[in-house]
Amino acid sequence: MQRGRAWAWGFTGPALLLVGFYLAYPTLGTVYLSFFDRRSQHFVGFHNYVDLFTSSAMRTAFRNNLLWLLVFTAATVGLGLVLAVLADRVRYEAVAKSVIFLPMAISFVGAGVIWKFIYAYRPATSAQIGLANQLLMLFGREPVGWLIERPWINNLALIAVGVWIWTGFAMVVLSAAYKGIPRELLEAARVDGAGEWQVFWKVSLPLLQSTVAVVATTMVINVLKVFDIVYVMTNGNFDTEVMANRMYKEMFQFRHFGRASAIAVILFLAIVPVMLANIRRFRQQEAER
Amino acid sequence: MRGRSVGGTAPGALVDTVVVLVALAWLLPTLGLLVSSLRPAPDVAGSGWWTIFANPFDLTRWTLENYRHVLGQQGMGRAFFNSFLITVPATLLPILLASLAAFAFAWLDFPGRQVLFLAVVAFLVVPLQMTFVPILRIYSQSGLAGTLAGLWLAHTGYGLPFAIYLMRNFFASLPEEVFESAYIDGASPLSAFFRLALPMSTPALASLAIFQFLWVWNDLLVALIYLGGGAQTAPLTLKLSSLVGSFGQEWHVLTAAAFVSMVVPVAVFFALQRYFVRGILAGAVKG
Amino acid sequence: MKERSQRWARFRRLGLALLMVALPAAAFSLPGLAAPRTVTMLGTWGGQELEAFLKVLEPFEKETGIKVEFTGTRDLPAVLTTRVAAGNPPDLAALPNPGQMRELAAEGHLVDLSKVLDMNTLKNQYAPVWIDLGSYQGKLHAIFISADLKSLVWYNPKAFAARGYTVPKTWDELMSLTERIAAGGVTPWAIGLESGAASGWPGTDWIEDIMLRTAGPEVYDQWVAHQIPWTDARVKRAWEIFGQIARNPRYVYGGTTGALSTNFGDAPNFLFTSPPRAYLHRQATFIQSFIRQNNPGLVAGQDYDFFALPPIDARWGTPALGAADMVGMLRDTPEARKVMQYLASPAAQERWVAALGKLSANRAVRMEVYPDPLTRKAAQILVSAEVFRFDGSDLMPAAVGSGAFWEGILRYVGGESLDDTLRAIESAAKDAYR
Repeated sequence: MQRGRAWAWGFTGPALLLVGFYLAYPTLGTVYLSFFDRRSQHFVGFHNYVDLFTSSAMRTAFRNNLLWLLVFTAATVGLGLVLAVLADRVRYEAVAKSVIFLPMAISFVGAGVIWKFIYAYRPATSAQIGLANQLLMLFGREPVGWLIERPWINNLALIAVGVWIWTGFAMVVLSAAYKGIPRELLEAARVDGAGEWQVFWKVSLPLLQSTVAVVATTMVINVLKVFDIVYVMTNGNFDTEVMANRMYKEMFQFRHFGRASAIAVILFLAIVPVMLANIRRFRQQEAER
Repeated sequence: MRGRSVGGTAPGALVDTVVVLVALAWLLPTLGLLVSSLRPAPDVAGSGWWTIFANPFDLTRWTLENYRHVLGQQGMGRAFFNSFLITVPATLLPILLASLAAFAFAWLDFPGRQVLFLAVVAFLVVPLQMTFVPILRIYSQSGLAGTLAGLWLAHTGYGLPFAIYLMRNFFASLPEEVFESAYIDGASPLSAFFRLALPMSTPALASLAIFQFLWVWNDLLVALIYLGGGAQTAPLTLKLSSLVGSFGQEWHVLTAAAFVSMVVPVAVFFALQRYFVRGILAGAVKG
Repeated sequence: MKERSQRWARFRRLGLALLMVALPAAAFSLPGLAAPRTVTMLGTWGGQELEAFLKVLEPFEKETGIKVEFTGTRDLPAVLTTRVAAGNPPDLAALPNPGQMRELAAEGHLVDLSKVLDMNTLKNQYAPVWIDLGSYQGKLHAIFISADLKSLVWYNPKAFAARGYTVPKTWDELMSLTERIAAGGVTPWAIGLESGAASGWPGTDWIEDIMLRTAGPEVYDQWVAHQIPWTDARVKRAWEIFGQIARNPRYVYGGTTGALSTNFGDAPNFLFTSPPRAYLHRQATFIQSFIRQNNPGLVAGQDYDFFALPPIDARWGTPALGAADMVGMLRDTPEARKVMQYLASPAAQERWVAALGKLSANRAVRMEVYPDPLTRKAAQILVSAEVFRFDGSDLMPAAVGSGAFWEGILRYVGGESLDDTLRAIESAAKDAYR
């Protein structure tokens, strides 16, 4: 490890200043405002926090964020990993990866329209315009209000949209790392008689471990911030509320700056355990160097 | 050459099946949008998009009208140009600054290194909406409101935490010997960064460039807040969103609009995909 | 708002310091938007509305040389809130509703229009109710450039004739028609409550219309001002009457799931399929643009028509419920004043309503400018209504009017008990009205 603080500050300085200005400084303001009332006029102590932890809307939001955390993170990271490794082995890799990546390139306004054509509900006596219900009817079932049926169907339907969008991200990052694994290592294992399955578990995965952690951390942060999918499709109705959408409502719809700030602070605190886990990982990593 | 079935436990057929099935599942929603963008609005509202395949050659049921409407808008060219003008600097700047910082976080020793790094990453969780008021306030006092430079810097600031996180992870996985031998030859950290670290990280740089590019390209809100949205500076996203009425009338043009705006990020993805190549590190280790 | 600014000022100093160090790039900042003689305006209009608005401005820009730079976004509350709070407001803005207008006025962000417009002319042209709605503490802060009439039931006259239905004159007739249609094995009503992030609002219009017809305008005003609680028997009765239709799966096409998941703009389509899936649809005048967009070729008055939502309690007659587009001024510049004066004029409003088939609240706008007899009929109802009330949810604080009330509609139609629904709205209201 190279010494030289001057170099270090020169390298990190510009980035730190920009992050300091655009993110750290507003965050300080947010923390401060979270202790004031709706128009930031009167100090109210922890009142906003108490309000939030006792409101049923926020309880639903906490539960749903947890559901997102489990399903969305597992699905994006798992699928992304599988695709990064498997797509490497097919001749049409570029096409396959582009297709998986495509949803990331679609603006959310477009994605909202797309999913309308999947989840739309029409009574059984009408022509369906939603693909999901058309498929159900093909199997002789009644159409389902995908975004209405609480609490599991509609939340999972929203999570599916998130997975559709973000799997491409996980795949691209993991693929970049996978391509970085020296081919000789894989070949050597194969020559030693390891099956593909073993090569993956014994050689590839350990080398991808830190990238998997990066992608998983990014996905956890995504879950905490998940907003536009919920906002556009249900706006938190029918028990689909999530924290970031609640924050947006409090901030711009209800204009309660205190509560909106308090939610932002809660989001920030929620990330601390994840960051601690990252610290532990770094220590290990550097000890192994 | 592809090394498939070397060990015999993951037969190529299975790999093909999985990849093709997932790809098809992922393609289906987009296909629905594409077909819908080529149908007249009343048809889209009245029947499922897949029904068109019952009579795919009935040309009266296909139309280019949505695309004609979108592309025929006055000022479309200007909006495309503005989007490039916003996106290119707002992609390159954070990549450069993030790589520099990430290199220091991975390979230079200084006090508070890890805490500082994780603090930067933690800011990834800050909802951008909470930053608008304080930043815009300073912008309007310092004359940065409504300027491109202000928007570039904002996108840079917002993009840095993820970029630093990704690049640090990649740099940290580079073999230590590479840098050791360079330093022994008298190289400075700066030349180690430009001559060794960056060239060895093209896959990570390429993926970062793709993401940052498309996030900025697809951004609507940040531009609306800091740039204001006048016709001279408005990016494509803003132009396209103004095609829809206040109650959501004419939403069907969004189908075509989505494809028009998707063309550029997808092209960027294809262009950068060739940097996802194997073996960059292998050569370096041997050398 | 003042104190809030001071609080921010402390942080601002820290921010400025960071900026000065971090942004040498500011040196090459490009010239801003504010070219001379340009007026910036923020609103929600897009598509045909935006084209129409640009046409409204054309003669004005030609005559004065003032350029109006309009930015339309459906995220208006977020953008407007942010820009106002940051001290960077547009010159003019289309305001989301009177409730928010009052909040902005209370915080001192809106220019007093009595200095800008000729109040005598304005009072001649607008009914007092519109002046009141645009005022806060006796001062005019916004004008209405167009309006929509909400208390309408749309139907398909040809389908009505084919099945021998007649237009009901009273609520009892409406309900017996409803039952008769249902008994005939088809569905009477098409209801669509879905509207993306604003889902639920079409139901609030039902409740408001019923409140006006069962409790009268005074009680309506008390309810809107939260002088009577949501748990009041009169409020409860209005919800029950709504529920008799909306929660009855025989009466609503697709049942409650259909009502909850159908977009409000798609709902009238069920009247025009063959055979029709439904026969009645309660919605405001602006639904006409959706009907025409999705069913090209329909002729207003022949293929689709409306009747006024009938009276329930004879005592309160047939009141009219409406909403309107309001424009306010956030920066007082000579150019912005001229634009405001122009927008307040009948000449501008005639161009606006003629292009869009909207109604005008301005009495000086001539009936001839309306594009079709149907719109003219609606304008006539609006101008001559004995009792007119503005959309109540637009007047309530947003946490209720576009929060708990919308949500309550969805919960109630979704099967929640009415008492639970009303209790939840009441507790949000207690928090929001101060």
